[in-house]
Formats: sequence, structure tokens, C-alpha cells
Amino acid sequence: MANVDKEMLAQFLLRMGDNSLILGHRVSEWCGHAPVLEEDIALANTALDLIGQTQLWLGYAAEVIGDKTADDLAFLRDVWDFRNILLVELPNGDFGQTLMRQFLYDAYQSILLPRLAKSSDPRVAEIAEKASKEAAYHVERSADTVVGLGDGTEESHARMQTALNKLWPYVGEIFASDAVDAAMAASGIAPDPASLRAEYDALVGNVMAEATLTIPEGDFAHLGGRTGATHTEHLGHLLTQMQWLQRAYPGASW
Amino acid sequence: MYAQMIKSEASKDDPEKLAEFQAKIDADIKVEPRDWMPEGYRKTLIRQIGQHAHSEIVGQLPEGNWITRAPTLERKMILLAKVQDEAGHGLYLYAAAETLGVSRDELTEMLLDGRMKYSSIFNYPTLNWADIGAVGWLVDGAAIMNQVPLQRTSYGPYSRAMIRICKEESFHQRQGYDIMMKMAQGTEAQKKMAQDALNRLWYPSLMMFGPSDAESVHSTQNMAWKIKMNTNDELRQKFVDQTVPQAEYLGLTIPDENLKWNEDKGGYDYSDPDWTEFFNVLKGNGPCNTDRLEARNKAWDDGAWVRDGLMAHAEKKRAAKTAAE
Amino acid sequence: MSKEWPLWEIFIRGQHGLSHRHVGSLHAPDAEMAIKNARDVYTRRNEGVSIWVVEANNISASSPSEKGPLYEPSESKVYRHPTFFDIPDEVGHM
Repeated sequence: MANVDKEMLAQFLLRMGDNSLILGHRVSEWCGHAPVLEEDIALANTALDLIGQTQLWLGYAAEVIGDKTADDLAFLRDVWDFRNILLVELPNGDFGQTLMRQFLYDAYQSILLPRLAKSSDPRVAEIAEKASKEAAYHVERSADTVVGLGDGTEESHARMQTALNKLWPYVGEIFASDAVDAAMAASGIAPDPASLRAEYDALVGNVMAEATLTIPEGDFAHLGGRTGATHTEHLGHLLTQMQWLQRAYPGASW
Repeated sequence: MYAQMIKSEASKDDPEKLAEFQAKIDADIKVEPRDWMPEGYRKTLIRQIGQHAHSEIVGQLPEGNWITRAPTLERKMILLAKVQDEAGHGLYLYAAAETLGVSRDELTEMLLDGRMKYSSIFNYPTLNWADIGAVGWLVDGAAIMNQVPLQRTSYGPYSRAMIRICKEESFHQRQGYDIMMKMAQGTEAQKKMAQDALNRLWYPSLMMFGPSDAESVHSTQNMAWKIKMNTNDELRQKFVDQTVPQAEYLGLTIPDENLKWNEDKGGYDYSDPDWTEFFNVLKGNGPCNTDRLEARNKAWDDGAWVRDGLMAHAEKKRAAKTAAE
Repeated sequence: MSKEWPLWEIFIRGQHGLSHRHVGSLHAPDAEMAIKNARDVYTRRNEGVSIWVVEANNISASSPSEKGPLYEPSESKVYRHPTFFDIPDEVGHM
């Protein structure tokens, strides 16, 4: 592995792990409440994959940071320590919004992870190898659902367009590279996110065209999640619930 | 048990055919969907399998209540996988019921408007994390008592669904007990949670088997048809005998002053649950009946546009394909 | 009530190279979604490597009353089963 600043590597791993943790948590909120049994089961699989990936990413992050576990990082950090993109912390909304968010995220992961599987860091490569297989299935499924609902009934079309309009301004953050990304790219650990944008736009553009949905004009992007500078108000509430037992009964073993 | 107090339907069929059917069941030959069966057998099975399926689906809710609050990543995944299995089990059971000429949507509508029931146990709340342990240990433990013998039930599709379910469920009770062990060996606060969970869920678990039915005509008919394999009292006794030593191992106290070993019968004497409370819960007056049905109705109503949307898209694709051919 | 998703029968071939085997049913709007649902519902424990789906109402089945004529003739053909033939132990495994 190339010589890399530990602090930078830790930030990168937290970004990976926090994305899958927070999205996995959001998706798990659907369990028992989905529109049809088959979707309930499929969503739970997605959530299980994401939380499984979290254990790996945060597990590695914990080693790099030192003297921590994946659980410590998940349950004992506050909002400003989280490095997930804003997209994944937004509330679920209706099923259409959840699936639109899932697709926008899966599309990104399906492009990023195969590249990470060739990372100069063998641990990153190993985790990405496993996760990329899961992401390949996730994106196939969420794309199908977005297409089905976009090109379904008048109502489903309208709901999917509303979801896309709402979520699109959160897509830009995925590709907003900074010093951490530059360090990862320089050491061959991870590609510069900005370099993935063209492929992402092509993939998303095709699916939206098939779904008869229109990608909104403008390139405004809400930022602040992956740097931790400005999360949405929603993340605090999510953590309040997720971390409650660990916070209320410190030091207990579960 | 996930199916309680199943009334058997009378059959007005030809006595000779009925005798032939009974002989087949007595010889342990499975009844398959296209075979002749008495109307009463069919209707009773729809009621029983439907109630069993509904229990799995509603049963997702009390445990799902803790998915977002599970205390570690691993516990979160285990719980999520377990609640997901319940959705799967509901799905298998609905499919078994569908072979009897009722659709899943029809059964769902009957659950949602209160025409069909689900197990009384799921109308009790899960209030602390140890409840998730206690549900696995006690509720799944009680369900397994009933489900294992049901693998041999006379109706083929039901039997096959139970075989698959039992295979998958094997980890459910263990994960529950595993949580209880952690809690019972944990801090004072955790021990308190564990005892509190046992105190609240013990009698509702005993109620799962239903009131004594040794003398009931429904029970006799359903046992003759092999869609009920044991009496409620037999299973309840077995459950108590199995559970008491497990509670002792945990260092927890079963909330029953009359509980003691009876050498003569080779089992424990125990107090009956409050059957007035049980019938109240069945009538809709349990602590969570309203919440559970509201949650299921909301999921169904909010999901209508999704089901319709995906169906409409499939029909468009089919039409386009037909036009192209 | 809106239109219910059709019922599909699911067949899965497991890891061991055996034939596809009926594992159960599920609902889906079309064949593609039925395959995806089957993956999520019936291979949660790595049960399968290949999935077939058939819409339930496209399956033709023998009627129970024909059970006798269809199956009894083969019951008498015991020579089709290997245990019909006594092979002396000295010959070894066959």
C-alpha cells in the first residue's frame, strides 16, 4: 500500500461506512410496512447487505483510528462526526422516494465499488470485492422498480417525478471531491469521485429515460454531509433512536 | 401458537366419500390441492392457515419495533433477518392457503377489516430490549411446539410450508435465548429488563395455546383431520416443562407462585393465565390491537399505488411484446 | 380492490447440480420481477444457483382421478429399480 496519511484514510473509510450504515438504517425502517410482502423481503435484504458492509468499512476504520470497534463508531459518535452524504440521511418519504434514493445511491456504488476492488489497499479491495456483487444486484432491482413505477400509472409516474425532483439536488454531493479524495486518488486507494460523474450520468440518464422521468435542470448541490460540516436536521433524530440503548446504558454488553 | 381456537366447519358431503377421505388421512396419505376434500375441511384449513399467515405478518410489528434501536450492528442484522423471515413465512403460508381457492389479497382484506384474526400474543407491546429476547425465547418457543408436529399435517401444501418454516426458524428461538443470557448476565439494569420482559410476556405466552380444548368438538374434528395434532393443554404443559429450567439457568423468576414440580404427572403445576384478559384481547381490547391493525392498514393503503403502478407497467410491456410479435 | 399480482411457481436448482426443484410460490407483476422476487424470497440462505419461474395458471396438471392409470402401471415394473436384482456380495459394489 502506498504511503498515506492515516487521518485521510480514516476519513475515507468513515465516508464509506457511514453511507451504508445510515442508508441501511433508513431502509430497515420499512421492515413490516412495505406495499407488498415480496418488496418487504427484498428491502430487508438490501438493508442487511448495507449493514453488513458497514461492519466491514467501519471495522477497518476503527482499526485505522485505533482503540475502537465498528460498534463504537456507529453508536458513540455525534452528528458532526458522521461522514455520510446527505442523500442517505433524508427521511424515507413514500415508497417511491425510498426506491428513487436507493437507485441514485446504488448507481453510484455500482460504479465505485468495482474500481475500489482494484484498490492499492488490499483491505479496501477485499471489502469492495464483496460489496460490489451486492451493489450489482441492488442497482438492477432498484432500476427495475424505478422504471416500473415511472412508466406505470399516472399516479405512480407523478410520485416518481416528485421524488426525483426532490432528491436530485442531493446527487451532486457524491462527486464533490476534496482533499481526502485527492489523497486517496494519489495513493491509488480510491478513484477521485469527480471522475465517475460521466459514467453515473449516463447510467442514470438511461434509466430515467426508460422510466419516462425527467432529470431536473440545474446543477445545484446540497453539500455538507461527507465533510461533516452541515448535516440535515434529520440525522440527529436518526442517531437519537439508533444510539439510544448504548447511550442510556454506557458500558453494557449486548 | 399462531392459530388459536380454530372452529371446524361442518361438512354436508356424502357420508361414503367422507369415510373414504377419513381413511386416507388415517393412512397418512397427504391431501393435495386437486384431490376431493370435504367442504368443511377446506374452509377450516383456509381459516387456520390464513390465521397462521396473518400472525406471521402482524408478528413482524412488535419485533420490528426494535430494529432501529437494536444496540449493536450485529443485533440489528440478526433481528432484521428474523423479522424478514417472518414475512417469508407469512408468504409461504398464504401461498398454501391460495391452493384452497382463496387469493392472498382476499385473505389480506379479511385481516384488515377484522373478519379474520391473528394470534393474541402480537397484541402485547415490546417495551424494552429484553422483550426481543423474550419474544424469541418464549413466543417462538411456544410457536415451535405447535409447528413441529404440524409438519405432519394432512394437507400437503401446508405440511411443506411448515417443513420449510421449521427449518428456517431453528435460529429464532436460540437468538432470543442468546439475548436473554446477555441480559441476565449483564448489568443490574439489564437484569431488570430481562425480568420485566419475562413478567409481562409469561402469561401471554401461555395464552398462545388457547383455552383448554380437551372436550371441544372442534378440536376433536380438527384432530381427526390431522390439521391439529395435539390438544392445547398437552402443548402448554410441554412448553412449561421445557421453559422452567431455561428460566432457572438464566436466574430469572417465572411470575407464578404456584409453579412447582409435580412428581406424579412428571411435569410442573402452574397457574392458568387470566382467560378473561385473553378473550378481551381477542375481541380487540388488547394493549396493541388498534395500533397493529392501523399499521397493517396503512402499509396496505399506502402501497396500493405501488402495486398498481408495477402491474400497469408489466401490462404495458406485455402488450408491447404481443404487438411486436 | 385493484388487480392482484399473478401467482408464480418457483423452481430452483441448488449448488449440487440436481434438477430444478419446486420450492414454493410468490406474487409478481411479470416474469422478470418474479425471478428477482424469487432470489430475495427463496435464496435467503444461499439455496440456489438457477431460478425458473412459471405463472401458476400456465401449469397443466394431471387430474387426481387419473392417478391410478397414470402411476400404477409403473408400480409393477419393479425391475426398473436396482434393488430388484440380487448381486452376490463377492462381486463387490455395483
